[in-house]
Amino acid sequence: MSADRSIDDVVPRETTWTTGTIITKEQPTPDQVRLRLHVDDRQGHDPGQHYVVRLRAPDDYTAQRSYSVASDNDDPLVELLVERFPDGEVSGHLADVAEVGDVLEVRGPIGRWFRWDTRTPAVCLVGGTGVVPAVSMLRTARRLDRRDLLRVAAVGRSPEHLPYAAELARAGALVAYTRHDDGDRPRGVPTAEELAPLAAGAEVAFVCGSPRFVALATPLLIGAGVDPTTIRVEQFGATG
Amino acid sequence: MPVTRGFFRRREQGPEGRIPPGQYDTGSSWPVLTAEAAPRIRPEEWSITVDGLVEEPTTWSWDEAHRLPSATYSGDIHCVTTWTKLDMVFRGISVDDLLAAARPRPEARFVLAHSSTGYTTNLPLEDVTDGKAWVVWEAEGKPLTREHGGPARLLVPHLYFWKSAKWVSRLELLDEDQQGFWERNGYHDRGDPWREQRYQGDA
Repeated sequence: MSADRSIDDVVPRETTWTTGTIITKEQPTPDQVRLRLHVDDRQGHDPGQHYVVRLRAPDDYTAQRSYSVASDNDDPLVELLVERFPDGEVSGHLADVAEVGDVLEVRGPIGRWFRWDTRTPAVCLVGGTGVVPAVSMLRTARRLDRRDLLRVAAVGRSPEHLPYAAELARAGALVAYTRHDDGDRPRGVPTAEELAPLAAGAEVAFVCGSPRFVALATPLLIGAGVDPTTIRVEQFGATG
Repeated sequence: MPVTRGFFRRREQGPEGRIPPGQYDTGSSWPVLTAEAAPRIRPEEWSITVDGLVEEPTTWSWDEAHRLPSATYSGDIHCVTTWTKLDMVFRGISVDDLLAAARPRPEARFVLAHSSTGYTTNLPLEDVTDGKAWVVWEAEGKPLTREHGGPARLLVPHLYFWKSAKWVSRLELLDEDQQGFWERNGYHDRGDPWREQRYQGDA
């Protein structure tokens, strides 16, 4: 990592709980929920940051989870993509119970490490619902007309398991399916040969996905020539 | 804040007094959360240093650290991502023994824990003294795995688990609080799970 972009090179910013109203709710697949929220007293976000959603029961019991933001800061709404986990306490509610017009407690943006500054050449290797921060980065890059700065490789089992697959492909991302032949590309994780041109010139690398994906993706990037100290990781698990 | 329409407690309450507000019992799983690629550190390369505002800056190698009195923590851990894991057993050494050798100066009031990856986290000195903090290399009777911070990590179980720096290499004693990695990234300076001190701005 170069001296001017150290691990500590961020400014603190306080956030408080506020409310967000569900404006649209879509379920692209049974396991995915796409929510677009109007957030009261909203603070600006950088691509890669996340929001916390907190649910409150009548007895004041609460459950909260973090979800990456898919939208660009210029979007009037905040878009979250939620993966529905089996028995997921929060994701199950958002998938099965929440409706347009419901008000949720939200807090954000959180996370000032896994975010793209929109100026530094970057490569993303993201898997499954881990594509969400990369979608935000791509949307922001498109608005700023800086698509040249950002290369994305997205990995999913099949098109049904890769949120935003069509949007990613349209934006020029390498889309790799591990259990689906898409005609152009045999199934399998991206190879070092595929990743090397995407990684060339990148000064920061973003890896996002399940712990299993992260364990697979990090050595792939290093094998493609990425300096390990430039890799920023965001991983999530079946925490509901 | 409003009650969420249609949301009710479905989980069991958990053992009384063991699950802090907003946390749930993760059961047998131990989720992994890391901001960087997990480093490969061989035990013979690892060392722990206590320096900064101390009379005797001291470094212990892996073997030297293992010659200190063995210490065990049995109890619960709480991650800010809302899981709590009950009845963990960790083994290593007490931070009290490291501090006793390095002898903090009177003006030392805070600790900045460093990892060999560059990760840092800040703690009040009183949160790592009097049997509240350890450097551990064993969890559940097995060597601490790389993704959980092996060969050795800090363990400060009464605070959210990001304070328990993985791959810990240095405890720097300071007279003023200096924010660490997640703290600068929006997380709380103290991180008491019972007060839900998750993010900057929480009381």
